[in-house]
Amino acid sequence: MNQIHNLSRRHFMQGAAGLTLGLALPGVASAASKAGAPAADAGFAPNAFLRIGTDNSVTVISKHLEMGQGTYTGLATLVAEELDAAWAQVKVEGAPADAKRYNNLFWGPAQGTGGSTAMANSWEQMRQAGAAARAMLVSAAARRWQVPAGEIAVSEGVVSHAASKRKASFGELASAAAAEAVPASVTLKDPKDFRLIGKHAHRKDSAAKTNGTAQFTQDMHLPGMLVAVVAHPPRFGGKVKSFDAARARAVKGVVDVVAIPSGVAVLAKDTWSASKGRDALSVEWDESAAFKLGSEDILARYREAAKTPGLVARKEGDADAAFAGAARVVKASYDFPYLAHAAMEPMNCIVQRTAAGVEVWNGEQLHTGDQHALAGIFGVSVEQVNIHMLYAGGSFGRRACKDSDYVREAASIVKATGTQAPVKLVWLREDDMRAGYYRPLFHHTLEAALDADGTIRAWRHRLVGQSIIKGSPFEGFLIKNGIDAVSVEGAATLPYAIPNLQVELHTPTDIGVPVLWWRSVGSTHTAYSTETFLDRLAAEAKQDPVALRLRLLDQHPRHAAVLRLAADKAGWGTPLPAGQPGERRGRGVAVHESFHSYVAQVAEVTVKTDGSVQVDRIVAAVDCGMAINPDNIRAQVEGSVGFGLSAALHGEITLKDGVVEQSNFGDYAPIRIGEMPKVEVHIVASAEKPTGIGEPGVPPVAPAVANAIAAATGKWATRLPFSADDLKA
Amino acid sequence: MIQLTVNGKPHKADVEPDTPLLWALRDSLLLTGTKYGCGSGFCGACTVHVNGQPTLACLTPVSSVAGKKITTIEAVDGTRVGKAVQEAWRKLDVVQCGYCQSGQIMSAVSLLSANKKPTDADIDAAMSGNLCRCATYVRIRAAIHEAARALA
Repeated sequence: MNQIHNLSRRHFMQGAAGLTLGLALPGVASAASKAGAPAADAGFAPNAFLRIGTDNSVTVISKHLEMGQGTYTGLATLVAEELDAAWAQVKVEGAPADAKRYNNLFWGPAQGTGGSTAMANSWEQMRQAGAAARAMLVSAAARRWQVPAGEIAVSEGVVSHAASKRKASFGELASAAAAEAVPASVTLKDPKDFRLIGKHAHRKDSAAKTNGTAQFTQDMHLPGMLVAVVAHPPRFGGKVKSFDAARARAVKGVVDVVAIPSGVAVLAKDTWSASKGRDALSVEWDESAAFKLGSEDILARYREAAKTPGLVARKEGDADAAFAGAARVVKASYDFPYLAHAAMEPMNCIVQRTAAGVEVWNGEQLHTGDQHALAGIFGVSVEQVNIHMLYAGGSFGRRACKDSDYVREAASIVKATGTQAPVKLVWLREDDMRAGYYRPLFHHTLEAALDADGTIRAWRHRLVGQSIIKGSPFEGFLIKNGIDAVSVEGAATLPYAIPNLQVELHTPTDIGVPVLWWRSVGSTHTAYSTETFLDRLAAEAKQDPVALRLRLLDQHPRHAAVLRLAADKAGWGTPLPAGQPGERRGRGVAVHESFHSYVAQVAEVTVKTDGSVQVDRIVAAVDCGMAINPDNIRAQVEGSVGFGLSAALHGEITLKDGVVEQSNFGDYAPIRIGEMPKVEVHIVASAEKPTGIGEPGVPPVAPAVANAIAAATGKWATRLPFSADDLKA
Repeated sequence: MIQLTVNGKPHKADVEPDTPLLWALRDSLLLTGTKYGCGSGFCGACTVHVNGQPTLACLTPVSSVAGKKITTIEAVDGTRVGKAVQEAWRKLDVVQCGYCQSGQIMSAVSLLSANKKPTDADIDAAMSGNLCRCATYVRIRAAIHEAARALA
């Protein structure tokens, strides 16, 4: 899509308080009549990416969710750079749901946040929005001062004309600028002139998130609002058979109890009363169609499946022939558990049926999908579903539920009660932990054929696991020939130069556990199996793991560059200081591309005599194209290290007879501060277009740590999370 | 009706005596900076100060704190230590999703009120009750050191 061309289709609206810019997309008529304008700017239609107030505020409208990854700050940086605004005058607010104006440019006609695409898809769009506004401010000043526009400068939110010593703030020019013609084209800055991009712009949400004023869905209190807590069936696929609400209704504060498709909802005036009411319910469940296998049963099935060929996701050369003539064959298999996202803010959302349609308050990550789901439930048009996007207290993919599960549940409560009050659905931690939509359980087998000198002649990788994409709105472009691209991403895209290579996939369809994308998706397991297996092959061939990788990455300079940088900064090849008596120490490396960003990590670990693993230090090198906000890139990689370690050290959702065994942070334990290693992040200088950094820091953590453990102990863990029993001295 | 003193002001909360302080603050007084994360004392997102001591509001029946001095994140900048911690958090851009950070800050203020120059080990011990799923721990450590320097 040519964004410069689209500028000719720009239109703008004028109102009492300043100017609004809108980017119209090809084939889309003016959306100026759209309802639901932000209250601060009631005269304007919200089809815009920025608003300049007569109070001199610049409000950037973010089409993407802020869930911690720094998107609000990043998008505002792009706009403010080209606008030449002062960073202090810039504010950010969430855009309404409207795919016509706020679609993710990488997702076709859908609005949403994910796949580490927020900066990448907005990189030109947001800068153009800022540049066009700047041009209109300059035109307005030129007209007012009767001087040539070419003599006018803009810096730090001040428009000035040096010769006549005149200047004006954006606020003073806002109303006049709104009357200016929208430029047919704009010239974006040369990167050497950037004063915000690539520098340190502080987060826009730090203040509100450190004084208690940031508004998450959980914090909303609307007039007349009811809170709903739901009793869910103990197994996936269970239904309500009957229930007795008498004791629940007797709880003070409880106002209603209703059966809904996903369980029984207790509505109360406040959260605690709803929770007590739920506890007082008696429900009999119909489990005739419920899923009743345990994790070990599922794994046993997957191991059987892995013995037979799967659908071929990638084929290079002739692997069968190469294995037949191999001097040595090395084999390993890997087990990966279900993982819960376990965002700190459990899933929740507010739905209200109004005369005009449906109002929703949510940490909204998949606007268009949720709009369609709600429109279907209430029998209204998609445009009548108005979503207020709030901060999300984490998501890691969970709030972009392909089936709109919790949003549908909230809507079903509203529908079942017939209430016109806003209803806040609150999942308590236990509900959130057991609700499914997990990172799928996977089993992999890997085999390599080696020559006598250890050269890798062939590689066969077989994966077994549920498809995330099947049944989602992305099925059309992510499932080809029966292969879900995200099941094999990182495996089918193996960068190493191996002449005979085959990647195969089995996709079981009879497992009733809902699965979903989880921060870095397929790479959460493929980076682990491929990068630890490669290290085993390096050991077999008595080669240095970094040197071997570099030899095999000849055609992949960006992989090679981050690998070299991480190795260099970590002191790869120098001896590690010894630990305490009985402690074994080791250093390990991994490199992986995900979402078009490249990350290498070197881990230093200490394995204690009891087999517990302490990760001392992670040195990361990152290439995510041009760095829009280096400090945020560092922050995301630091956090990704902790997120990846949580899974590697502790993370496991298990089922027994179909029942999820974990319920809260006691038995599903993210790392605490004492387990957080020192993290160094080095960023490759790049002139490439920016890619994402919300996810790509996660995949290399576990394999780098596993390789470090192997360096210390000689044992490669083939099952996550690591088992201390396997690593005892 | 329970009488509470929160952030120096008297409040009446129309809740049952067994209601956790967390829900009285959030749903009755509409002080929503104190967060619900687990309801079982695992995560620390609900940390407040009761008579100056860090306290898990999700495990504290509201009836047990009647008459005591309760401080929440909304008033954390009312003390010199609180202000320094808040400023350090902003200077280092500690927050990501931000949901746990009220509790983190309340715990950090307690630590620095008792220990003017904490080591990394002191920090890890004092902050061990506060989970951060975004794993902002590197910056939490750095910000506590930063606040300690500013207060010295």
